[in-house]
Amino acid sequence: MDNKGIPLGKLLRRDKALILMFLPIFLYYFIFCYLPMPGILIAFKNYTPGQGIFGGDWVGFKWLLQFVNSRYFWRLLRNTFLLAFYPLVIGFGVPILFAICVVELKNGLFKRFAQTVTYLPHFISTVVIAGMIINFLSPTDGIVNTLLASLGMERINFMMAPEWFRTIFTASGIWQSFGFSSIIYIAAIMGIDQEMYESGRIDGVNKFQEVWHLTLPSLKPTIVILLLLSIGSIMSVNFEKVYLLYNGATYETADVISTYVYRQGIESQNFGFATAVGLFNSVISFALVFFANRLSRRVNDMSLW
Amino acid sequence: MQKSRIDQSFYVLVYALTLLAVVITLYPFLYVVSVSLSSVEAIDKKLVTLFPVDFSLSGYRMVLQYPDLWRAYYNTIWYTVVGTVFNIVATCLAAYPLSRKRFFLRRKLNFYIAFTMYFSGGLIPLYMVITELGLYNTRWAMVLPVLVSTFNVMILRSAFENIPNEIFESASMDGAREFTLLFRLAIPLTKPTLAVLTLYYAVAHWNDFFNALLYLGKQELQPLQIFLRRVLIMASPEVLQKMGGETAATSLAVSTLQVRYVAIVVSILPIITIYPFIQKYFVKGITLGAVKG
Repeated sequence: MDNKGIPLGKLLRRDKALILMFLPIFLYYFIFCYLPMPGILIAFKNYTPGQGIFGGDWVGFKWLLQFVNSRYFWRLLRNTFLLAFYPLVIGFGVPILFAICVVELKNGLFKRFAQTVTYLPHFISTVVIAGMIINFLSPTDGIVNTLLASLGMERINFMMAPEWFRTIFTASGIWQSFGFSSIIYIAAIMGIDQEMYESGRIDGVNKFQEVWHLTLPSLKPTIVILLLLSIGSIMSVNFEKVYLLYNGATYETADVISTYVYRQGIESQNFGFATAVGLFNSVISFALVFFANRLSRRVNDMSLW
Repeated sequence: MQKSRIDQSFYVLVYALTLLAVVITLYPFLYVVSVSLSSVEAIDKKLVTLFPVDFSLSGYRMVLQYPDLWRAYYNTIWYTVVGTVFNIVATCLAAYPLSRKRFFLRRKLNFYIAFTMYFSGGLIPLYMVITELGLYNTRWAMVLPVLVSTFNVMILRSAFENIPNEIFESASMDGAREFTLLFRLAIPLTKPTLAVLTLYYAVAHWNDFFNALLYLGKQELQPLQIFLRRVLIMASPEVLQKMGGETAATSLAVSTLQVRYVAIVVSILPIITIYPFIQKYFVKGITLGAVKG
């Protein structure tokens, strides 16, 4: 609606109820989102706790350089990237496959049951999921090792083995999310024009060909946009899950930038250094979002904003 | 005839894969419940693989006596109820003005909230602001920093926008003010969307671990998830022994396994019981998000 030409005072009076309504929200965003923003400057300061958010002396790029030159830098970068990349690449086909299956189910009761069951892990807390993983894999009384032992194999101390971390993280991530992620594909498949299938049927297309030549191509825009969205979130690996599953023995493959920031910042109170590391992470993740958006505009003629 | 044979094998494959997906998802939960309901001896001999063996409630009897569990449970309920009420009220108050097309600050305020999705101060500056506000170790640290989710505001905003404008116009002609329009028209007309958002917010509060880890050092204030972490992940021997009780002196290792699984069941029980009733709204919720996301 056009408000041009109406004096500000009049607009304020007219919309005062809306302004009043929004005021608490305005304050919320101001305090919890905008107030921390200048705090980023701590990344360039020598800051000791208790000085207030604007305190401390300037040290320039000292912390950033210290991080880039530290011996953990490449390890953190590699782990952050891989723990996002593996679930993405290995896991992205699973919800699509599952959605195709669910849509084809003829038995309504089984269909509902399958959907209800597979959405469930999405609503279970990360602490419980991590707890189940750790306890199932426990070398003494976990069911996995009990099974291995009964098959005459060696027991494996999974949670202490760096070489197992990525597998455990990726597999459990797919287990947790495939059902819920399938919803969006189910909705997309339901939206496909039915006439296409009918004419396919007249041409004698079988069900496999139908999925391959009709369903999958129709899903392409959805698949591409979801893939692009996940490129943008590569740097934000699930902090909680890594934090709950890792330990000193598995830092080598498990420690990611966000867990490092937590240890440095909250546990060791190196606020300046931790903020610098966090800033590094945000810059890369912002660049990735930007890049993903450019790519989506070119590939799909769609953009995220 | 050739084609129908191929189609038949297609359906066999579809049912087999779905069944596999169901079994893989369900089995871990079923196993946890079964261990929690079996006798200590059966667990000790590793007899439990699928269903409970020697049905017994002794694990529950032990765990439910533990006062720390009840305190954590009470805290979680407090955070979930108070937090969700604040969330929903705030989300309505945010979404409504942003949905009014003639509101002269609409574009500016939309940008004001959307900007925070792309840029933030990061963990440490937020932590500092919250501690300097004196919220550290108070219950409000679990409510105020997560007052609204921008994404949910946008979902509700587009639900409000989809209400035909004539309804609002005729009501305001009859003298209704903005607050009346919101509470008497907009909210009742978007109940399904609000139900989905309530569910999302409530589950997020129930499962919240990170904020508690950051802002609640005091044990008396800690929610269920922090308590669970002590029991399940740190497997704190002190906690497990207290919970497992001196009563089950037979084999501590096994009774602690049961204690852990009982704790899982007790903590996810509310979600599992409510969840099938609200599950039908999920599809709506996620497609709502996808349209305007």
